[in-house]
Amino acid sequence: MLELVIFSALNGVLYGLLLFMLSSGLTLIFSMMGVLNFAHASFYMLGAYFAYTLGMYTGFWPALILAPLLVGALGALVERFGLRRVHANGHVAELLFTFGLAYVIDELVQMIWGTVAVAYREPSYMREPLFTLFGTDYSIFRGVVILISILMFIALWYLLKKTRVGMMIRAALTHGEMVGHLGHNVPRLFMGVFGFGCALAALAGVIGGPLLATEPGMAATLGPIVFVVVVVGGMGSLQGAFYASLLIGLLQTFFVAINASLADVFNALGANLDPYGEVGRISLATLAPMTPFILLVLILIFRPRGLMGELEP
Amino acid sequence: MSQDIIAPMQRSKSRTSLRGLVPWVVFAAALLLLPVFFSGNSTAFTLLNVIGINIVFALSYNMLLGQGGMLSFGHAVFFGLGSYAAMHAMIAIDEASYAGEGFWAHVPVLGMPLVGMIAGGLVALVLGWPFCRRAGTAFAMITLGLGEMVAAAGQMFPSLFGGEAGIYGNRMVGPQWFGLELAQSSDVYWFIAFWTFAAVFAMWAFTRTPLGRLSNAVRDNPDRLQFIGYPPRNVRFMIFIASGAFGGLAGGMAAVNYEIITPEALGLIPSGLALLMAAVGGLGVFYGPIVGAVVVTLMNSMLSDYTDASILYVGLVFLAIVMFAPRGLGGGIEQVRVAWREGELGQRLPGWLSGALAVGMIIVGLVVLVELTFQITHGDDEFAHVFGVDFDAASLWGWLTVVVLLVAGGLIKRATNKLREGQE
Repeated sequence: MLELVIFSALNGVLYGLLLFMLSSGLTLIFSMMGVLNFAHASFYMLGAYFAYTLGMYTGFWPALILAPLLVGALGALVERFGLRRVHANGHVAELLFTFGLAYVIDELVQMIWGTVAVAYREPSYMREPLFTLFGTDYSIFRGVVILISILMFIALWYLLKKTRVGMMIRAALTHGEMVGHLGHNVPRLFMGVFGFGCALAALAGVIGGPLLATEPGMAATLGPIVFVVVVVGGMGSLQGAFYASLLIGLLQTFFVAINASLADVFNALGANLDPYGEVGRISLATLAPMTPFILLVLILIFRPRGLMGELEP
Repeated sequence: MSQDIIAPMQRSKSRTSLRGLVPWVVFAAALLLLPVFFSGNSTAFTLLNVIGINIVFALSYNMLLGQGGMLSFGHAVFFGLGSYAAMHAMIAIDEASYAGEGFWAHVPVLGMPLVGMIAGGLVALVLGWPFCRRAGTAFAMITLGLGEMVAAAGQMFPSLFGGEAGIYGNRMVGPQWFGLELAQSSDVYWFIAFWTFAAVFAMWAFTRTPLGRLSNAVRDNPDRLQFIGYPPRNVRFMIFIASGAFGGLAGGMAAVNYEIITPEALGLIPSGLALLMAAVGGLGVFYGPIVGAVVVTLMNSMLSDYTDASILYVGLVFLAIVMFAPRGLGGGIEQVRVAWREGELGQRLPGWLSGALAVGMIIVGLVVLVELTFQITHGDDEFAHVFGVDFDAASLWGWLTVVVLLVAGGLIKRATNKLREGQE
């Protein structure tokens, strides 16, 4: 039991950190430009595929840096030549644009890399166990992923709170026009933030690709969950996104790990559910993919502004 | 200014009845005449049936997005659940008519879209209230979550949804009305044509009701609507129910047409299709989604015969329309119609034609580019075929063609912009 709890907690935190890496970029973009970038998970997927292809020439570590840079540049181009053009037509047009973009990127990925998963793996020396608990190995790579995520958060925090650019970004979040009047180039700042957010998503892809799977469906499976994170955390709140990411990561991992059915849970609570009936037979593990959405509906009913959000969406 | 507001009102008063009928007569005549052109061609009928279903689906989606300003990513929930309800009803008819008694033995399969409509409306009634608090991004995210949740639930209750394989029924059961056996797709066409016409007319009539007008108001200015005493949330909720009901109707039509329904029909892909069709056709014009449904369905089914990248092309068309023609194909048609009525067509046509030429060249350039890339990555066949011309990715000529087409298209586009600026 202890083994299960420890490993589920570790994996849940790992998954949560990955989710936060995705949702932090999305939240930054959203609170700055008011655009919920539907193609965000597609940039995550591009990160994984770029790292796979680059890794064949340069190895894992250079690809870890290069792939996010490339995807970030791509994101900046998308903002400059696509999103900025559509901006004049309002938020719905922007959402439609990013939706179409996600569609096109998914198709392009299938066209270039094929419809089945590619063999993107971490270097073999990182598959060695970092430590062994209760006879189960925890690989070095997972430790490295946690380390990279934590380093990234420190860097993000430093960038936003301690640098001049970060100050401009924080100012532009709430008073975009004023920052413009003071002589700063706000459109270029937007482009930079969009590219930066896409690069963060790509970084998540580079380290998430070997952990999960690098296949054309990876954007579609993670994309909706990232939106749930943003809504549950409170639209535009980085802190909220952090807690929501960890919450959903842990929730999903524990649901997968616990070997019980709905009947077991409800009967333990005093209800009388037929353990062989259609509802009672459903195991918690099959419910796991649904947990983010159940959480979303609950949050919307009981706390529409999200965990840390200031405004109701 | 005041003249602008009054002028259309006077016009509509003086020539309402007959002129308003013209589009409907044309629509009905088209539905009646289409089978004459395609008689005996069962693939054509299959395609026509899909188009009919998609027209209703796209229009019901546009009740939300175009008229109510609510961007939904979960509209397929109503389509799919309506379809499931109709399928279960069809199975009930099958069993009841076998026994020869009971309520369902007297229900014709022709009425299945109504079952779907009731189911779709009920689902929207039960689920909709918490979602309609806000429009915009929040609504989009919530409906996305709803869609994912219902699609996941679809896999979880096999007795209701049939698991991965879905459930299937037989449409040739129960009492036969109007001698329609529903055996072949040409029979089913009459069923689809009737319901398409009825649903399109009903949805058009909905836009004329006070609620239809309020839905435009809640899209444009919810605060002001609140001030004059209509809570926006209530209005949104009612639009949501109406739209869900018509989505369910389309689902009922689909149940009869396909005779099978799987949980995939509840997911994000069909929801995205509705959005795609409505946006390509144009959200601002009533008939826009009809145009979009026809174009997208034709593209989906016909392009796949010629190229492996058909979905990519549909996506690119969508992107191009969002970027360069936000009012969609329907908006373009409307523009031409207005210019024709105002007698400015001759003056504006050169600009439009050269713009169309530029867009055409860019499109052809992109198509060649995509096909060449496809050839490199897949290498199935030696040559990429575009409009009967073979390009070889190994030689430079194909790539040169791409560059020339794109550059020429861009230059013409720039010249067109200058021409138009000169006109205004």
